[in-house]
Amino acid sequence: MYDIKKIHQANSVQDVLRIIEENPNTKIISGGTDVLIKMKERKLKDVEIVSIGDISELKGISIDGNGTIIIKAATCFIDIITNADILRHIPTLAKACNQIGSPQIRNIATIGGNLCNGAVSADVVPILLVLDAELHINNVNGEVRIIDVNDLHTGPGQTSLDDGKEILTEIHIKKVNYQGYGFDYFKYGKRNAMEIATLGCATGVKLNEEKNKIADFKISYSVAAPTPRRCRSLERLIIGEDVSQDTINLIKPENIEELKPRDSWRASKDFRLQLIKEIGRRTAIEAIRSQGGM
Amino acid sequence: MGIGKNLIRVDALSKVKGSTKYTEDLVPSNALVAKILHSTIANGYVKDIDISEALKIEGVMKIVTCFEVPETDFSTAGHPYALDPSHADIKDRKLLNKRVRHYGDDVAVVVAIDSIAAQKAIEAIKVTYQELVPRVNIYESIEIEQPIHENFPDDVMSRMDFYIESDGIAKFEKHELLDELSSKHRIDGNLPDTHKPMAKYEYILPIVQHAHIENIVCFSYMDGNRIVVVSATQVPHVVRRIVSEALGISIGEVQVIKPYIGGGFGNKQDIIYEPLAAYLSKLMGGKCISIILSREETFINSRTRHGMKITTMMNTIEGSMRMENRAADIVSDQGAYATHGHAIAANAITNYFQLYSGTGLQLGSSTSIFSNLPSAAAMRGYGIPQICFAMESQMDDYAREYGFDPIEFRLANLLNVGAVEPCNDIAINSNGLVECIEKGKQLIDWDNKKKEYEQFNKDSKDLKKGVGIAVFAYKTGVYPITVETSSCRIILNQDGSLQVQVGAIEIGQGSDTAFAQIASEILSIPEGKINIVSCQDTDITPFDPGAYASRQTYIGGGAVKKAAILLKEKILAKAATKLALDVSGLDLIDEYIVNIESGGKLEALRDVILYSMYSLNNTEHLTAEATYTGLSNAFAYGACFADICVDVPLGKIKIYKIYSIHDSGTIINPQLAKAQVHGGVAMGVGYAIGEEMLFDQTTGKPLNNNFLDYKIPTSMDIPDIEVAFIETYEPSGPFGNKALGEPPIIAPAPAIRNAVLFATGVSINSLPLNPEKLVSAFKKAKLLNE
Repeated sequence: MYDIKKIHQANSVQDVLRIIEENPNTKIISGGTDVLIKMKERKLKDVEIVSIGDISELKGISIDGNGTIIIKAATCFIDIITNADILRHIPTLAKACNQIGSPQIRNIATIGGNLCNGAVSADVVPILLVLDAELHINNVNGEVRIIDVNDLHTGPGQTSLDDGKEILTEIHIKKVNYQGYGFDYFKYGKRNAMEIATLGCATGVKLNEEKNKIADFKISYSVAAPTPRRCRSLERLIIGEDVSQDTINLIKPENIEELKPRDSWRASKDFRLQLIKEIGRRTAIEAIRSQGGM
Repeated sequence: MGIGKNLIRVDALSKVKGSTKYTEDLVPSNALVAKILHSTIANGYVKDIDISEALKIEGVMKIVTCFEVPETDFSTAGHPYALDPSHADIKDRKLLNKRVRHYGDDVAVVVAIDSIAAQKAIEAIKVTYQELVPRVNIYESIEIEQPIHENFPDDVMSRMDFYIESDGIAKFEKHELLDELSSKHRIDGNLPDTHKPMAKYEYILPIVQHAHIENIVCFSYMDGNRIVVVSATQVPHVVRRIVSEALGISIGEVQVIKPYIGGGFGNKQDIIYEPLAAYLSKLMGGKCISIILSREETFINSRTRHGMKITTMMNTIEGSMRMENRAADIVSDQGAYATHGHAIAANAITNYFQLYSGTGLQLGSSTSIFSNLPSAAAMRGYGIPQICFAMESQMDDYAREYGFDPIEFRLANLLNVGAVEPCNDIAINSNGLVECIEKGKQLIDWDNKKKEYEQFNKDSKDLKKGVGIAVFAYKTGVYPITVETSSCRIILNQDGSLQVQVGAIEIGQGSDTAFAQIASEILSIPEGKINIVSCQDTDITPFDPGAYASRQTYIGGGAVKKAAILLKEKILAKAATKLALDVSGLDLIDEYIVNIESGGKLEALRDVILYSMYSLNNTEHLTAEATYTGLSNAFAYGACFADICVDVPLGKIKIYKIYSIHDSGTIINPQLAKAQVHGGVAMGVGYAIGEEMLFDQTTGKPLNNNFLDYKIPTSMDIPDIEVAFIETYEPSGPFGNKALGEPPIIAPAPAIRNAVLFATGVSINSLPLNPEKLVSAFKKAKLLNE
């Protein structure tokens, strides 16, 4: 049994925004794979919910005339994993989505939920960070606010969304941010499925024409700081360098200012530091290789 | 079909279709929900409970606190009743406890109309505690403020010592050399007449949980003056006795029903909340009360596998691989309550002397210590996975130190057929271990693979490959330590079909299917016409203490065999009367009465039955009931081989394949036996690489009591498993069979550990072999790059 006080019906984004404005403390639910667990854990009690799982304007994947890939917020992971455009242009996004939870979870959980939940371990986030995705956020006044996904996470489980007034509607990935790049994502979990990331790392690499220099480099980590984040200090070190093992070896915690791995019973700081180095290097090599380098 | 055939499980159809009814499916829709308030301290006392706010919550029917329940102490172990009071289980628990002994102990219970109301009331109860410093790590000596149980000063629940000299018989007293040997600071002490110094090793085993898919669940109601308890239990007849003891009523006033069960692995050999449900029902005028635990509660409020620290010492005779002096010491973490008492640590320590022998002096000691952690009790293997890890890791560590071949070293020291093991006087009448080892070596291609991997590892820095072996001996039943009894009743129907009622419990291991095959083998009736009554009901099911050890087919099978033979005799006697022939010339073959000499069919079984049931002046309903008393025990054996690759910088073990070779005597159902091994190996892989219950070391609060953070392997983590059987004939088994239910879990962990040793040269002396532990060990061994 779930402790739900009331369930509101909504058929459109407008409905949802009206309901959350009129009924403060109403929780938006889509797949429910985070919200219901919070209810079960009694972190959410006596709640009102509004479901967006059946709102068709929040579902689907498309490419516009500029080559921007648009993923609606309530699109389920299974639909991203199997989408032909995603598989053609950003297969690593499909790979990241395919490592979330179990098949059952991927059939119902949504990309918007994974973002808005604000989890430091969210599987879809590291790759969206290196894709410099744009988030379209609608508010109760009918306005649309666009933010860089790198500005979404503000703390563990916290985002810059105004929960009572806003809803994430679309994720935009511009062509300039995926074309010509090689990507990789490495989810490090203790087991091979049904896992939460102990640490995650995504890289995006663009090589010069000769494939011997790194023209652009992006790297992000999850569970290595209070929020998933890009490591721009390290990116600056690597951009312009030769494609070589020496360049790869620059990927080490000493060169990354942005990360603050924690000591916890789930993993020690020492172990996380080892993972930061090792999976950072592995994803970078994989991304370079996908572009014909090394 | 009968013995040795691949009969499809008798419960397969209903389980595959989802029509099988488990306990939770049977809870009446108007049942009240009981939820337990668990303590938020690990050690101390409840001083006060304020329920005033909780009582105001709508839907709350009753709240009972630890100050109101009867002062009766009871044991929760699913053991048979002990006639000898000195063997009785320790009674140390009440329905609810004022003395809090672990984080999550039961201090109050709410009964409400639904789970939300009950949960809200739980949150509204205010408890005042007097807190004591909890004992979370028993391996560290601490100053004890107050023992966890007042009758056990220093928290030592029990200790057992014995020594074995060259006569090979254990003497259960402490040997004068033991203290010298176990002295903490001594790395290689010397025993008299020792040829080589004693090598000392220390291994640490984690606390793990059964993780059966069906949580702990029961409900209780009254039917007139009698109490009915429906429970997912492995031991319905013991539940009946314990409920009667806890409530102070007579056994005959309690009826226990066990529906299909969604896994137990020993956890449901303990009595958990059945007495509380029965008590609440009685208190509330017989209303139906359900207690359904969450996964988080099941981890903490049922039982665990004992964590142990095992110290071993050994040496060999100079110039040979023969072991001379051996010693092992177990310190076992009992957790908060005694449940099975010292039985598991005792089972573990004696096993050290049941697989291998030494020519010199052998010493064993085991101590069970209470801690402020969840209570440890039976779990698949009953202490043997722990001792096997220590014993088999030690074999490889020692072999490596002295340049022995690990397999030759094992072969040189086995206790073989003809021997009597020293601790329980069990004669070894069948032992296929040598053949198991040979078979496994051949399947894994041991010699070639060793060479190949040695070469590979020379050139590869980040990836290291390895092979490893571990072997085991495992007692099938519990004789002569406790009684072995099982009963069966067979009822013959008009059409020649049967109901077979057994006290032995199907918990997924396939015993019902084996029983159908046994009945079919003797009565010639095909299994399709044999209905094994799978759900036990103490009002009608004949007695058997329950599903534990690996005794169901060995002992329960004996009961089915005995009852079937009795029924066959009755059928033949009736046929002899009908046909006016001498019974000695008749047999029952393919459902016909047959002339033994000519082989000719005389009469269909069905006609004999109809004659027996409906003859006007002489009727008899053909049934048979028998009790089998087991007066023997037998060791099952096996060898496990692991083929692995270690990703050194990530600390990850990729298991290519596990080979699990078993001597379980005659195999009753090869397909089912294979499936049993697959399940056991999968569980063994979890023990090896991922599973461990974690607690805050200061407060004793559980950290990972859920399936996200407690890492049982998924199907993506389970390697290919190849199974082979070496079929010996065990004379004490009903058809030459012996244990198979538990054995497959025992050896995978040390085999994987030894493969990691082969691959990396690093001895990991604790479980699980998780990435963080491996990376830290590899760092120390300088296997990692900068």
